[in-house]
Amino acid sequence: MKKVMIIGATSAIAIEAAKVFASEGASLFLVARHPDKLRAVADDLRSRMAKVDTLVGDVNDFHEHEGAIAEADRSMGGIEGVLIAHGTLSDQQKCQEDVDEMLGEFSTNCLSFLSYLTHLGNYFEKRGAGCIAVITSVAGDRGRGSNYVYGAAKAAVTTFLGGLRNRLHKCGVSVVTIKPGFVDTPMTAAYEKGPLFASAESVGKGVYRAMIGGKNVVYLPWFWRGIMCGIRSMPEAVFKRMSL
Amino acid sequence: MPAYQSWGRYPPASHDLVVPIRWRHELPDLAALPSPMLAYGLGRSYGDSCLNRNGTLLVTDALDRVIAFDEKTGVLRCEAGASLAELQARLIPRGYFLPVIPGTKFVTVGGAVANDIHGKNHHLRGTFGCHVLRFELVRSDGTVLECSPDDNEELFRATIGGLGLTGLITWVELRAVRVASPFIDHETIRYHTLDDFFALSEDSDEGYEYTVAWVDTTARGHDTGRGLFMRGNHADPAHHKLPPIPKAKERSFPIDAPSWFLNKYTVKAFNALYYRKRFPPHIHEVVYQDPFFHPLDSVLHWNRMYGKRGFLQYQCVVPVGDGGAAIREILERIAASGLSSFLAVLKMFGDVESPGMLSFPQPGVTLALDFRFEAQRTLRLLDTLDDVTRGAGGRIYPAKDARMSPQSFDAYYPNWRAFAEFIDPKFSSSFWRRVTEGLQS
Repeated sequence: MKKVMIIGATSAIAIEAAKVFASEGASLFLVARHPDKLRAVADDLRSRMAKVDTLVGDVNDFHEHEGAIAEADRSMGGIEGVLIAHGTLSDQQKCQEDVDEMLGEFSTNCLSFLSYLTHLGNYFEKRGAGCIAVITSVAGDRGRGSNYVYGAAKAAVTTFLGGLRNRLHKCGVSVVTIKPGFVDTPMTAAYEKGPLFASAESVGKGVYRAMIGGKNVVYLPWFWRGIMCGIRSMPEAVFKRMSL
Repeated sequence: MPAYQSWGRYPPASHDLVVPIRWRHELPDLAALPSPMLAYGLGRSYGDSCLNRNGTLLVTDALDRVIAFDEKTGVLRCEAGASLAELQARLIPRGYFLPVIPGTKFVTVGGAVANDIHGKNHHLRGTFGCHVLRFELVRSDGTVLECSPDDNEELFRATIGGLGLTGLITWVELRAVRVASPFIDHETIRYHTLDDFFALSEDSDEGYEYTVAWVDTTARGHDTGRGLFMRGNHADPAHHKLPPIPKAKERSFPIDAPSWFLNKYTVKAFNALYYRKRFPPHIHEVVYQDPFFHPLDSVLHWNRMYGKRGFLQYQCVVPVGDGGAAIREILERIAASGLSSFLAVLKMFGDVESPGMLSFPQPGVTLALDFRFEAQRTLRLLDTLDDVTRGAGGRIYPAKDARMSPQSFDAYYPNWRAFAEFIDPKFSSSFWRRVTEGLQS
């Protein structure tokens, strides 16, 4: 995979995945919101032998998505893979108190994904090859009191991806759902780090492998598949009493 | 044990606040953070110079990006948390090399500046600071200064070897050197006495970029100072058929060894084997740079070998005008103590002057040792070594120290008061508080 577009390119996991693509000499097209951070990441990737182009954009400007894809296509001479990696860890308490806050979070963590995926689905369907990889979360596997706004947004993206995978399978396009567990990134800076935390570097490498391997649904690290299977199978009568 | 210890894991420390720094454009407001504060990179300083007990740590390991590299001039600018391993990985495929390489590549460039590190080519190239062109220093009052020999020259000199006390370094620009190849054409020569070491150094320092000796600290009497002398140059592809660059293999020391793991018998056995059996008297071969410079880096977390109590390093430099009497005395005191050092390294420093005010290297011979921490026994031995070092007009290396007395520090670094003028008022370290305690400033 030599021509890769990365949306949310300054997120810690995206950076680590991009480093692996760069070491393979790939062309990268990076989209992110903060110009300074985007430049810092792009310069570093250039020093790793990647050819890098950038675009500053806010994922909540939905009308810009189609243009961003067209520019990536132009810049790299076609797109072979896309990684969507942006996101915010919603403040659940604020989302419960303020509908606007909740809708804003849903826009960033769900609707912006669905908008990009709609355009990308059509782009790759026409192309008849490629890979769309999206970072969702184990939080989308079951709603929990402590972060169900974030979880619901990720669940919607996960379900959307399932459908898109089903649709694009016949034309040779892989759709990869990536569900990281706890990752030591700026997003989780405020959390006490337990043994379940993985480094952004190991998760980023896992993202790269999943894209290259054309996987369907990947938990990173792998043991989260078992943990989430256990959590999903708990009866609601029990689950609702738990403090999670 | 809490995170953010030093590499020797002695003394243990806990910090009240840890602030990760990820973007140079989005620094925390230092004025608003509690004092005292100190930057912490990869924690490879051995003693307490990277610790700030009960204070604030500004953790820079994610501030690790390359900003620019000019392939024509070799000028490299990178963020302060970039490791030398990462920089070498960019430079080597382009025919360049870092001008100074320490024994571990897992140090940050900020730490390399703050400790003004040295390597096996000190006799020709001086310290890391000799190759730094400029850097950015952020002070706790919010001023952002670009420091170079031309701009803010005094802060430039105070920050090189300044132990992180002059503020937060955010990026560094240095000049890399072009090399014939990343392979080292080197010789290992077994030698029998300290005088042999001096003779070999004298013979080699002009014609060899890299020289160093491993010394057997268990040897006594006539054998004092015996060891293996290594010297090498970058291999020239015109004269050697060079293999492709090997892929890095990483192993990790998996757990904390029990505290008896490295004792006087195992160390003695290792030293004797290494000296006698490991090598024929003279070998000559071409090896990749990584095992030559960083034999220990291939085992991650090798510090666990010393168990949970950790270990102490002792690195001194003493002038050799006395014909090596001081270094001989030090080696004899170690051998007599029965506290042998697992790894001991001997090297002649050259006279290339560093811009750093508080830099460790000075002309003479340097000896680096490590000792398992055995409380008073180890501390007493190191105090007696300090007596010799002080008497000889030498000094010891702050980056490796966890125990020198304020009186020793004052004797080793008499210009520390002049340096102290440049310390950021909100910055400090466990080391600095320890070595200046009770001294008149």
